[in-house]
Formats: sequence, structure tokens, C-alpha cells
Amino acid sequence: MRKLLVLLLSIGLLCLVFTPVSWGGKNVIKIGINAPLTGDIPKVGEGTKYAAEMWLEDINKEGGLKVGDKVYKVELVIEDNESKAESAVKANTKLITEDEVLVIVGPQASKQAIPAGEVANNYKTPMISPWSTNPATTKDRPYVFRGCFLDPFQGPVIANFVTKEFGFKKAAVLYDVASDYPKGLAEFFKKAWEDLHGPGSVVAFESFTTKDADFSSQLTKIIKSGAEFLFTPQYYNEVALIVQQAHELGWNKPIVGSDSWGSAELIKLCGKDCYGLFFSTHYASAGAKGKTKEFIDRYKKKYGYVPDDVAALTWDSLGIVKTAIQNCGKITGNIEKDRQCVRDAMAKIKEYKGITGDMTFTEDGDPIKCAVIVKISDKGEFEFYKSVCP
Amino acid sequence: MTFFFQNVVNALQWGSFYALIALGYSMVYGILMLFNFAHGDIFMVGAYIGCGVATVIITLSSSGVIVLPHWLILVLTILISMFLTSFVGMLVERIGYRPLRDAPRASAAITGLMIGIILETGNLLLLGAQRIKFPSLVHSTTYNIGGVFVTNKKIMIVVVSIGLMLALDQFVRRTKYGMAMRAMAFDYVVVPLMGVPINTIASMTFAIGSALAAAAGILFGIAYPVLDPYMGIIVGWKAFVAAILGGRGSILGATLAGFLMGFIEIFVAMVFPSTLRDLIAYSIILLILVFRPHGFFGEPYSARLRL
Repeated sequence: MRKLLVLLLSIGLLCLVFTPVSWGGKNVIKIGINAPLTGDIPKVGEGTKYAAEMWLEDINKEGGLKVGDKVYKVELVIEDNESKAESAVKANTKLITEDEVLVIVGPQASKQAIPAGEVANNYKTPMISPWSTNPATTKDRPYVFRGCFLDPFQGPVIANFVTKEFGFKKAAVLYDVASDYPKGLAEFFKKAWEDLHGPGSVVAFESFTTKDADFSSQLTKIIKSGAEFLFTPQYYNEVALIVQQAHELGWNKPIVGSDSWGSAELIKLCGKDCYGLFFSTHYASAGAKGKTKEFIDRYKKKYGYVPDDVAALTWDSLGIVKTAIQNCGKITGNIEKDRQCVRDAMAKIKEYKGITGDMTFTEDGDPIKCAVIVKISDKGEFEFYKSVCP
Repeated sequence: MTFFFQNVVNALQWGSFYALIALGYSMVYGILMLFNFAHGDIFMVGAYIGCGVATVIITLSSSGVIVLPHWLILVLTILISMFLTSFVGMLVERIGYRPLRDAPRASAAITGLMIGIILETGNLLLLGAQRIKFPSLVHSTTYNIGGVFVTNKKIMIVVVSIGLMLALDQFVRRTKYGMAMRAMAFDYVVVPLMGVPINTIASMTFAIGSALAAAAGILFGIAYPVLDPYMGIIVGWKAFVAAILGGRGSILGATLAGFLMGFIEIFVAMVFPSTLRDLIAYSIILLILVFRPHGFFGEPYSARLRL
């Protein structure tokens, strides 16, 4: 009797597990979103989710996504990667094998996008990371794409900008050695700076590990090194601590950052300490025009704050996904075939006009686009300062 | 030379946190022979409670309900949060540890880890994953003393921590309850037979440890004003190391070891590349433990009846 009960229960459970898949039917296109909803950078996850939901709204308004002559319903499967590499891998595996999504958008940070890209590539599922700037994400992975510029481009952009703008010769770098994005960018910046000013011109190259809160000894070293400015390619939560501690230790020279600064949270956490600082990023919200402004206004009206670069890049990436699916021309219902078709279509896109600028794609699936230097104004707004194109 | 003294100042501040948190570990371990692995998370809860209390008091004060001077807001925040967090500590003891008092020590340690996870994820559910900015209780002023930069925050943090440690020391040494705690630490099988109420003392130990963690949490929030639900994990682990390094149940030991760890971390980063900081710092501590397995002020277990 008991055995029978157990058997019945497990059959019931199995049914529960498998029904959503069979419910999916053939007229639905599933798109997976792999985002850091919790963990170190929740604001990034929130921006991703909101942008994706707004995009879905547009699709639904048209009644669905038109591929060839058939209209499909679009469904988003949003998975939280907790801002951890291993969870991002798990989320991708789940999206691909259990939810059977056609395309994955995300993960955002390179720390998660690099290992997760491996999974997507192995399962031959197209994936596009909107925000991951580390080259390793897409390198030698035909199924992995991205929606932003790369760190080997961003590093020199910042080095050139500081050289031209301030005429400095000695740089200091402070970065998280345990995270792919800051580590990669710190090294690219160092190389670019030393190419410009000769070896030894990066006078302090200091690091810490994720979750550290006290940077006093590194900053004391940096101050002693005689550097003329500090470059710190960190995420917004650490930037607030670094900038404040640097000021308390008597540092009053410029601090320059990278695209990971550009979150709506930065000013909330950092306050006046961050006013007047510069960073390079994908787009500037203040002073935007055309489609970009439309997006910003809509997002602001709906969610109550100005979207950061992640939201804009996610929007563009989803646009690229949409174009790829439509260019593919036909959804057969055989998920493997369809994935291959979408990946081929995505690789063939040569030009895309997005809200973060016009992009053209290279062989590796990387876009070539302009970077923007943003100045944090005295009101705490991200103001457009300069555009730097490759 | 200013470089050296600047790092001394940095290390004093950083060591204060380790010392305050290590005291909580050390007291519980000394008296109940229990690793309270939830302590780092109680520190986190303390910081959040402090954040809430501070926000309420500041709002009341600025809206003119009761106008308070700045220093009083700070003192009230610390005291009220310590009071509230001590109940969290007592609750943890009541729910998580008292039912397991006769269970194997490993079970109790695991309970601590689980309570820690419950506190972290509970906070995540309650407040969301968003970082919270700790309200600025102290208006930061930087003093330049011959090239060494000291802020009023740093001075305040070191002074308040040392004050709390001295107060704890006096309490344990001079009061009846303190004596009961010391007796219990000496032997917790026989001493309850002499009429010392073990449950009261256990609750009190947790309450005091948690109150100190709350104070550490607020000071941490003042120095590093970005709070997140996982902020207690690493600091908690390292403070645990300090508690062991100081010797079982030794207040002086935990304090000194906490500051020593602050100094080792800061000075290793000063001399060596900062990438190697934790590697070298914790190798040094491992080496100290190899030569002093019972910590600075601990005694060998063989002197005691129980394991």
C-alpha cells in the first residue's frame, strides 16, 4: 500500500515537472534571461528585468513576434544568477535543458558571462550578453554574442581621455583581483597607459578581493606612490566605499571609472563624494535624443528612475535577438534546428541601430561602437562629456 | 614615517571591528563551549537595526518632534540598537542552541551556520537585494596631523570600541553575574549544580555578545556606509579566527588578537603587493597557532573535565 502511494506521488511529481514543457506548445518562442536579481549587483538585475519586460510589452502590443508569415507568442523565462559564477552556469543549464529556450540574454557581468557562455556554446544555444565587456566571453565561442564594446577598447579610451584631458603621466589602479571584469580591464588599462607613457608610469597597481570593505592600506600606498589620478574599474557598491575612503585619507586628485559605475544606485550610495568624477560608459542619459530619449522617458515613467546602461544595452540586445529570429525566417519547432538558425542569423547581422549607438559586428560576434565619457554633475546626474569612437 | 603612522591609524580602525566581533565568539565559546557561527550574521542584523533606528531618530529629530544634538543621536542609536539586537541573540540561543545543549558539538555548530543563512536570506526577503546606505550619523571631518590623515569617525570608532571592551571587562570581573560567567567557563557541569542558573547565564552571554556585535555593526556602517545582507560572513569568519587566536573565553585575548589581525592585514598589504594580502596574513596567523595552539591566553583542554 505504502509503496503504491509513493509510486503514485512520484508519478504526480513527474507530471508536475514535465507539464510546463508540454504546455509550451509550438506557437511560443521562449527567451531566457539570466540576470543578477540578488547578490552583489541587484540593481543591474533589476534593470535587466525591467528592460526585458518593457520589450515584451511592445511585442505583445503587436500581438506577438512575426516570423515569416506566422505570429508567435513570446515568453520570457527570467532566472536569478545571484551574481555568482556557479549560479549563472546553473541558470543557463536550466534555461537550455529544462525550459528549452531559444535564445538566452545575459548574464550581465563578465564574472558570470564567461563561465555561462561556455555552457551556452557547448549546448549550441545562442546567447547574447548585453553588458559583459571582457573579451573571453565571446572568444572562440560561435554561439555567444554581446551588445557592448570590449575592455581592450575601453582601456585605451580611458587612458587617452585622461592623457588629453588632464595631461597626467602617473596613474594608479585599484581593482578587485577576484572578479573577471575589473581584473581584465585593470590590465588592459595598464597596458594602454604604459604604451602611452612608457613602462613604470602606472606607479601603483593595487588590488583587493570581492566583499572587502576596507581599502585603507591600498589607498595609503596609492597616495604615497605620487600618482596623479586613480583608475578604479569597480562596481557601484565598491566605488562608493573606495571614493569616500580615498577622500578621508586626504586624496583630492581625480578618480576615473569605467562602465560598471553607471548605475542609478551609484549616487545614492556615494553622495557628494562622487560629484565631478569621470567614467567611460555605453550611453549617457542626460541630453539623450531620438529613440534613446523615448526609451529613457518610457522607462522613467514606468519604474520611477532613469535607466542605467544595463537596461539600455539589454533593450538593444533584445532588439538584436528579435532581428535575428525574424531574419531566420522560420521556426520549425525542432529546438536544436531553430537555435542553429537563430545563431546563424545573428552572426549575419552586419549593422544594427540601437539606442546605445550604431553598431557593426565583427567575426567574433562583438560589436564595434562608440564609447561615451560621462561626468557626474554637481546634481549627481550622469552628463554626456565626450564621445570616443574606435 | 607618515606612511607608517597612517597605516597604524588604518589598522586601529580595522582591528576594532575584529576585536568587537571576536568578543562575542569568544564569550560564547568560553562559557558554553559552542561555536556560534551565526555571530557574523548577528553583526549584520545589528548593522541593519542600527540603520533603522538611526533613520527613525534622525527623521524625528529633523521633523521637529524632539530636537536632539548630533552626539545624542549617535549615542541613542548605539544604545537602542544594542538593546534590540541583544534580543536577537537571546532568540537565537533559545531557538537554535538550547534544545541542542546536550547534542554533539558539531550539531550545534551546524545549527549556527543554518541560523546564519536564515538571517541572511530572511533579510534578503524582507528588504530586497538592494544595497542600503547607512545614514550619516557623524559628519566626517578630516584632520591632517603632520601628514597623517585622521577623521573624527576613526577616532570615535576606536574610542567607542575600547570603551565597550573595558566596560565588558569590568562587568565580568566585578559583578555577580560576571562571576557566574567566569565560573561557568571554568566548568559548566559542576557549576550549575551549585545553583548557578545555566539558562540565564547562557541567555545573558548571547545577549552581551550580540549587543557588542550590534555596536560593531553601527560603527562599521559609519565607516563603510554600504550595507548588504552578506556583509557579516567574511568579517565574521575573520573575527572567529581572532577569537581562537586570543584564547578560549579570554576578553583580553580576543581584543588583542582582533587588533593584531587588523595590524597584520594592513601591514602585509603595506609591505607586499596587496594581491597577496590574505595569503600572507593568514599564513602568519597559522604559524602563530602552530606554536600556540591554545591562543594567547587559552589553557589546554586537559585542565578541564569536559571536551
